[in-house]
Amino acid sequence: MSRTSTILALVLLLGVSLPARAEIDLSGSWASINHEDAMERGAGPNPADWAGLPFNEYGRAKALSFSQSIISMPERTCWFQTQWHIAAGPFSLRMWAVPDPVTGRVQAWVVGAWETRAPMIIWMDGRPRPSKNAPHDQTGFTTGRWNGNELVATTTHLKTGYMRRNGAASSDQATITTHFRRHGNVLTVTMFMVDPVYLTEPYIITRSYNLSTNPVSIGGPPCIVGDEGVESGRVPHHLPGKNPYVGEMTKRYGIPLDAVMGGAETMYPEYRDRLKDQFKHPSSKCALNCGG
Amino acid sequence: MTTRTFITRMATVSLCLAGALLASAPALAQGRGGRGGAPQAPQTPRGAAPVDLTGYWVSVVTEDWRYRMVLPMKGDYQGVPLTPAARKIADAWDPAVEAKAADQCKAYGAPSILRVPGRLRITWQDDTTLKLETDAGQQTRLFHFGAWTAPAGPRTLQGNSVAEWEGGGRGATDGALKVTTTNLKGGYLRKNGVPYSQNATLQEYYEVITQPDGSPLLVVTISTTDPEYLRQTFVISSHFKKEPDGAKWKPAPCSATW
Repeated sequence: MSRTSTILALVLLLGVSLPARAEIDLSGSWASINHEDAMERGAGPNPADWAGLPFNEYGRAKALSFSQSIISMPERTCWFQTQWHIAAGPFSLRMWAVPDPVTGRVQAWVVGAWETRAPMIIWMDGRPRPSKNAPHDQTGFTTGRWNGNELVATTTHLKTGYMRRNGAASSDQATITTHFRRHGNVLTVTMFMVDPVYLTEPYIITRSYNLSTNPVSIGGPPCIVGDEGVESGRVPHHLPGKNPYVGEMTKRYGIPLDAVMGGAETMYPEYRDRLKDQFKHPSSKCALNCGG
Repeated sequence: MTTRTFITRMATVSLCLAGALLASAPALAQGRGGRGGAPQAPQTPRGAAPVDLTGYWVSVVTEDWRYRMVLPMKGDYQGVPLTPAARKIADAWDPAVEAKAADQCKAYGAPSILRVPGRLRITWQDDTTLKLETDAGQQTRLFHFGAWTAPAGPRTLQGNSVAEWEGGGRGATDGALKVTTTNLKGGYLRKNGVPYSQNATLQEYYEVITQPDGSPLLVVTISTTDPEYLRQTFVISSHFKKEPDGAKWKPAPCSATW
């Protein structure tokens, strides 16, 4: 009994004398700041532009076979946006904590849904990850942990989805790690895509958000499948060597084909040495998707 | 054991432990070097660093690729919330003129230098000054901690930067360096003449994130406020992988056209 009381006292003392595990409040509406990759996240990237994407040859081949018309297939309309759409899309985030009804502790953090991206439910209660053979979907399964004031979320059990919205795909073996860091009213989200099927290195994207008093939708609107009259059994695609958009970046921006085909080397400064003699600066002024 | 005995024992153990914690508090507060009975000098910003930013870092260009890796097209200012006056300047940009200009470093100022593909070398110049150098454009930024006062002088490309630590401790690696920069000379946010004015101010957060393989990634959130040329604060974030040494450090002068 003496030992029990000592242990109990220790537990009580630690409970009252040490600071609570560091956590920062991430709840609220976070307005997306689309100042980087503005076109890629908004209207969408140029077709056949995969510069800066650490593809392997399978990833590149899959992207080259992609036709945007594929989303006219009812079974494909809503398929492409996994949790990576936080990085690839333009949308703001709504975040909130879900308390355990009995203990009051945070059971999960939720990043609300947007269109075809399902909510990211970040389980904080230590529940085990499902078997690798459990069903995969666009939502995936996400667990989280705090590193001081940084929330780190790990997502697995995803279906194939977009890494970039022009056919660069992630596989169902991909793992997404998302780091949420708040500084005052700015939230910086760093996302890592690790995909042993289509990537040679992690694909890293950082995004920023401003805390907003304008409420961001917590769950929608949903993606709705419609019949666009696509002939049953027809799968829009491009055969090898037949993608008509391959030369578009070179024509429009003077960027060599080698660069827009992606690969890890295109992410690093040394690659500019290879580009220098091939790049032709366009003499014309920007006339399409120029911003401002 | 009676309830009374139990409460007495609990109180005794609690008091002992509280005393022990209180006794160790000064040492904990002083951090490294806090052991021993001698009075400790206040910790320097270098000693208090909650995160190690020093070393060589290489930029990873996965965002805004065509604005960073090559010379962007004239009039392409996608994503930058420019004022009409700024658009006019960007529209008048002429690469042929820039190529002959005496100042080739307009796109290497503090608001844009971390968007230039290249390497960073971060070192402590002294206990209160962190130094960031770039090989691309050979720029140097100094981050001053504490009660540093900027010397009087003209506006410069890198401006005057004051720094402070935020967060960290308790075994977490969430600390960040907050840097505020003023006294800037006007320059370009992008090499195709997208301008910021001398009224621009900069706020940055430098933090190290652990990658899935355990290696560090430097992430810098850069907020540029410019009442003259920006309709709203321009916020971007750049990321860098750590390198083991300076083997790939390759100093190169500024270039306005590459």
